[in-house]
Amino acid sequence: MTEERETPAGGAVATRWVEVAVGLVFVGLGFLVVADSHRVGASWGDDGPKSGYFPNIIGWILAASGAWIAGQTIYRWKRLAGQVFVTYADFKPVLAMLLPTIAYVILIKLIGIYVASALYIAGFMLFQGKYKWLPTLCVSLGVPGVIFALFEIWFLIPLPKGPLERMLGY
Amino acid sequence: MEDIGNLMQGFAVALAWKNLGFMLLGILLGVLIGVLPGLGGANGVAILLPLTFTMPPTSAIIMLSCIYWGALFGGAITSILFNIPGEPWSVATTFDGYPMAQKGRAGEALTAAFTSSFIGALFAIILITFLAPLVARFALKFGPPEYFAIQLLTFCNFVGMGRQPPIRSIASMMLGFALAAVGIDTVTGTLRMTFGSPTLLQGFDFLVAVIGLFGLGEIFLTMEEGLSFKGKSGKIDAKVVLKTWAELPRYWITSLRGCLVGCWMGITPGGATPASFMSYGMARRFSKNKDQFGDGHIEGVIAPETAAHAAGTSALLPMLTLGIPGSPTAAVLLGGLLIWGLQPGPLLFVEKKEFVWGLIASMYLGNIAGLIIVLTTVPWWAAILRIPFSIIAPVIVVFCAIGAYTVHNNMFDVAMMLVFGVVGYVFKKLKYPLAPLVLALVLGDMAETAFRQSMLLSGGSVRIFWSNPLVGSIVTLALIIFCWPFVSNVMGRMRSREPRAKSA
Repeated sequence: MTEERETPAGGAVATRWVEVAVGLVFVGLGFLVVADSHRVGASWGDDGPKSGYFPNIIGWILAASGAWIAGQTIYRWKRLAGQVFVTYADFKPVLAMLLPTIAYVILIKLIGIYVASALYIAGFMLFQGKYKWLPTLCVSLGVPGVIFALFEIWFLIPLPKGPLERMLGY
Repeated sequence: MEDIGNLMQGFAVALAWKNLGFMLLGILLGVLIGVLPGLGGANGVAILLPLTFTMPPTSAIIMLSCIYWGALFGGAITSILFNIPGEPWSVATTFDGYPMAQKGRAGEALTAAFTSSFIGALFAIILITFLAPLVARFALKFGPPEYFAIQLLTFCNFVGMGRQPPIRSIASMMLGFALAAVGIDTVTGTLRMTFGSPTLLQGFDFLVAVIGLFGLGEIFLTMEEGLSFKGKSGKIDAKVVLKTWAELPRYWITSLRGCLVGCWMGITPGGATPASFMSYGMARRFSKNKDQFGDGHIEGVIAPETAAHAAGTSALLPMLTLGIPGSPTAAVLLGGLLIWGLQPGPLLFVEKKEFVWGLIASMYLGNIAGLIIVLTTVPWWAAILRIPFSIIAPVIVVFCAIGAYTVHNNMFDVAMMLVFGVVGYVFKKLKYPLAPLVLALVLGDMAETAFRQSMLLSGGSVRIFWSNPLVGSIVTLALIIFCWPFVSNVMGRMRSREPRAKSA
């Protein structure tokens, strides 16, 4: 974490906001756990502790630790002013990884893992790595090919397949 | 003596041609995993776990544990040649390893690192060989309160001995426990926190969490840092190796200290990372050449590497004997054992002798094979790191997705992996430790069952945790370790306040 007091060029997300947000998420999750534990019974039943007995305790500690972290951050709010979670400039490459990966996961469901992987690797190499077509084709077809041989043929572990594989008879 | 005989039989199992082949394959895959960014011991083993479902358990565990040894060895290569720790436990190795490489002594640094890793591991394996059967025999008498006490000790260790703020370890751990509780309650069969969704019924699998948190999270971080790998060349020839070996015995005391620190931290789950830092710090404090540390002193490579390997290896001792893993990777191996229908714990030593001793024998052989392989193949691994990240990153993500899918043949797990990846990224940036989350997710059900059974025995009174000297001392020790950071914090503040009060 940087010690800079000035906001970096292009703007940034301050650590303190993320810190409070994560703390509050813990509080929320904690209460969710507590609520559900009380639904199934958090007390002592006829045959011993009920299902919610243990999670109830966990939920309370989770909520308390989240509240503590959020509270601590708000207490030190001014002192934490300069801390940067991530600058927008640095976050761009992260998004450039995250968004295609989300698309990739959706694609796996639609067209199977092999075609989706080929598209994903090719897209990444073309746009992110600025590669020419030839190396891109080699890697993006080669890797799913090897995986296909390894899983479907050698180890006999079926992976999600789509229309293309069905056409080829798998 | 019965154990020696068992060990010899274990060697016979491990030395079968097929198992030797798996051992070799495991080491090679392990070093690859250790070298590549975004793939570490824990998630590497998790991704490769499905490949072993069709194998016999003994071969499978031999291959998986060899992947682990390989990953431990591989971490040192990137630290020394590229100043990039491939694994968290090799951070301390960069302090002196990279300066040595800069001065053209990469060969020496690598030889020292691999050899000390080997010595650390060997020490831990010998310890396991002699201690594991005793612990297992002892643990046969354990009841639920004792089990819960040991798990409490595990978790308190994370809070008390962790390098992150204690409150963050607690939050991370509780999140793990909460996620572990989702699904069917193993005791009563009640549905918990499924909110009517059938996909949540089977709960969250920790393998998916490991792949997401450690694999994808690490990739996102690497993207942000925009790493470009500029490495030193790592040539090793027989002359350098022999010269370094001749020099090493001089530092036997550093090695021994590293072994002891590592084994202690591995068995009481502090983990390899704090062990390596602790050993480095101690080596520096007790060394005659204090000022040489940090700019390429060979002792600064020996100390953390010995400790990291000793810790990484000895983490398997509580995993095998008690069913309580000492590190995330040991947790993944435990998950594998459960999938093959082997319940780790004291009974394993009685019921599955050939499995346990085959594994222990394979530890000896795997580490010897590992040492030879890494010493002879370093330049190749360094070449792999020169492959640009824009090719490696998507390929790693593809393997992560396959790994997550094959755990239960479930698309929901792939989506969860992505969510865990984002969580891993945010947690790493906010300095939340990830290991407590993973271990809580693994041990959640076991800890809960032990706790509830203890409560049943005592009728709801916590006094059962002090009902006999054994359980009482473990619980008390756990609470002391838990409170340690708070106590030392208060003591530190009091000390810093005193001089001020005097001067006023």
